[in-house]
Amino acid sequence: MSILINKDTKVICQGFTGAQGTFHSEQAIAYGTKMVGGVSPGKGGTEHLGLPVFNTVRDAVEATGAEATVIYVPAPFCKDAIIEAADAGIQLIVCITEGIPTIDMLYAKEYVDRKGVRMIGPNCPGVITPDECKIGIMPGHIHKKGKVGIVSRSGTLTYEAVKQTTDFGYGQSTCIGIGGDPIPGSNFIDILALLEKDPETEAIVMIGEIGGTAEEEAAAYIKQNVSKPVVSYIAGVTAPPGKRMGHAGAIISGGKGTADDKFAALEDAGVRTVRSLAEIGQALKEVTGW
Amino acid sequence: MNLHEYQGKQLFAEYGLPVSKGIACDTPKEAVDAAGEIGGDAWVVKAQVHAGGRGKAGGVKLVKSKDEIREFAEKWLGQNLVTYQTDENGQPVSKILVESLTDIDQELYLGAVVDRGTRRIVFMASTEGGVEIEKVAEETPEKILKAEVDPLVGAQPYQGRELAFKLGLEGKQIGQFTKIFVGLAKLFEECDLALVEINPLVITPAGDLHCLDAKVGVDGNALYRQKKIHEMHDPSQEDSREAEAAKWELNYVALEGNIGCMVNGAGLAMGTMDIIKLSGGQPANFLDVGGGATKERVSEAFKIILSDSNVKAVLVNIFGGIVRCDMIAEGIIGAVKEVGVKVPVVVRLEGNNAEKGTQVLAESGLNIIAATSLSNAAEQVVKAAGGK
Repeated sequence: MSILINKDTKVICQGFTGAQGTFHSEQAIAYGTKMVGGVSPGKGGTEHLGLPVFNTVRDAVEATGAEATVIYVPAPFCKDAIIEAADAGIQLIVCITEGIPTIDMLYAKEYVDRKGVRMIGPNCPGVITPDECKIGIMPGHIHKKGKVGIVSRSGTLTYEAVKQTTDFGYGQSTCIGIGGDPIPGSNFIDILALLEKDPETEAIVMIGEIGGTAEEEAAAYIKQNVSKPVVSYIAGVTAPPGKRMGHAGAIISGGKGTADDKFAALEDAGVRTVRSLAEIGQALKEVTGW
Repeated sequence: MNLHEYQGKQLFAEYGLPVSKGIACDTPKEAVDAAGEIGGDAWVVKAQVHAGGRGKAGGVKLVKSKDEIREFAEKWLGQNLVTYQTDENGQPVSKILVESLTDIDQELYLGAVVDRGTRRIVFMASTEGGVEIEKVAEETPEKILKAEVDPLVGAQPYQGRELAFKLGLEGKQIGQFTKIFVGLAKLFEECDLALVEINPLVITPAGDLHCLDAKVGVDGNALYRQKKIHEMHDPSQEDSREAEAAKWELNYVALEGNIGCMVNGAGLAMGTMDIIKLSGGQPANFLDVGGGATKERVSEAFKIILSDSNVKAVLVNIFGGIVRCDMIAEGIIGAVKEVGVKVPVVVRLEGNNAEKGTQVLAESGLNIIAATSLSNAAEQVVKAAGGK
């Protein structure tokens, strides 16, 4: 078991023949992901990386039975790409692209919700179930099949957590980068609910950052609903208010969204927090007794 | 991206919101002429900077003669205005807005933001205008009225009427407020705003609603399709190093410490700053070199970090996911040579080909300290900067 994706998940790529789509699809195929084709409007009927190219997502779904899509198309076209995937019957949309206008995401998120389609991202590294399926831009080789579920708003911070859980020998069940944008397709609570139910996940690492109140809401959810041990790190204790720290969503505004508030909420919910991101593995060892 | 008040009011006017007749001026002469063109015998002159608290800092003045206008313009144009929202240097004033005077009976507040929790554009209105809305929200949250905009149908007039009645407005004000509400919602969506505030939205002695100030923030991700608004960008209101970094698609934020940081990934960049602080040091900046850390961008990043004379040591923290660490090491060596880096540089490489990268650095003969882990890197750089 795992969450969201496994070795049988059929995946297509939107923006398949572009530079990003090509590079990361090659990596995904090499990792063993069941890629079944891709979409590039106007290039339907051709072949790319040994897989069929389709003009539309609907064509791709009809021909291949694809269940998941990964989106690498440029930001101005992402709203369209997300809605196209939702209309074509895709069940899981993973959007890697950074820089999508917030208003576009307000529409796209509302639309996928009404269709009952799950979305991960945008502005995220993607989702990986080690040794089975890799959808996104994360380096496959640092992962190891195992028992820790990792959910994070940041790409490289996820890699740090992955490396530590690999080095300690615990490995990962599934790692989910929910992305650094203000309006993510899935939030911490959506993913925590799945990890709590997944029998293969024995502990959870949650990595947050400044901005918004998603971590505080997750803390309240954990207090009521999560029985598995949770270790959490929040980036940005040293971030000044009013400044956007790289990610569109990482900004302390109106005194809300500080790392200290988030740490306090998580600690109140019984979560083991670490102030140094180098201590995630050690903290896991302590809370689980592994 | 933020707009000046005069630019925000131009947008307001285009969307049918009532604003004062005003002219943005570059010189004292223009300001005096503007008063003549606007007419009347009293005006308000306002220094245009991207910061609140201008009134208390002397950047807004009620004037009754052209001499006073000239004096105000001569005092502020080319100077920096320091308010409680700016840093100690303040923000440069390059334009003065001259407006007709509006008499005030009552001050209200109307604003809108993208609310992450509800994933909606949320409007906030309050009878407590003219003061900091954050303070009102904290001390008397019941005085903030809210309305959510459904993305599929947009803002509805009834929502404006509902707010207007709750604010205690009456008669013609109900219609005026509703028009402002619907216009502002349309402006928000069509112009890709991130935030808009009318503080204060005043009621004049004649009982009419009028927008006395305009604070507008635009979603930076949407500037590609907001050409007209993009042209309103005023780089003089931003930190010059941040602006230079943006040209190279580097995310840089200046901080007060003495340890420069260069990191790939925004989250890891924050995490690196935090671990420096935890080790007893103070980060001098946030800098995300992004996924494609080429030699050229690493060089530019070094230049920007070192343009801050407080920097006593630099920590480079790279988690090589897809990129190869040995390639990054070559980039760092090239940059250190090219830029002539004089301060100690601590490098922590992890991930793809990390060992090879560390070896390349060790053999370079340069003043580069290779760290064995993230904690070790933080300790080494704090030591190198002379702290702790």
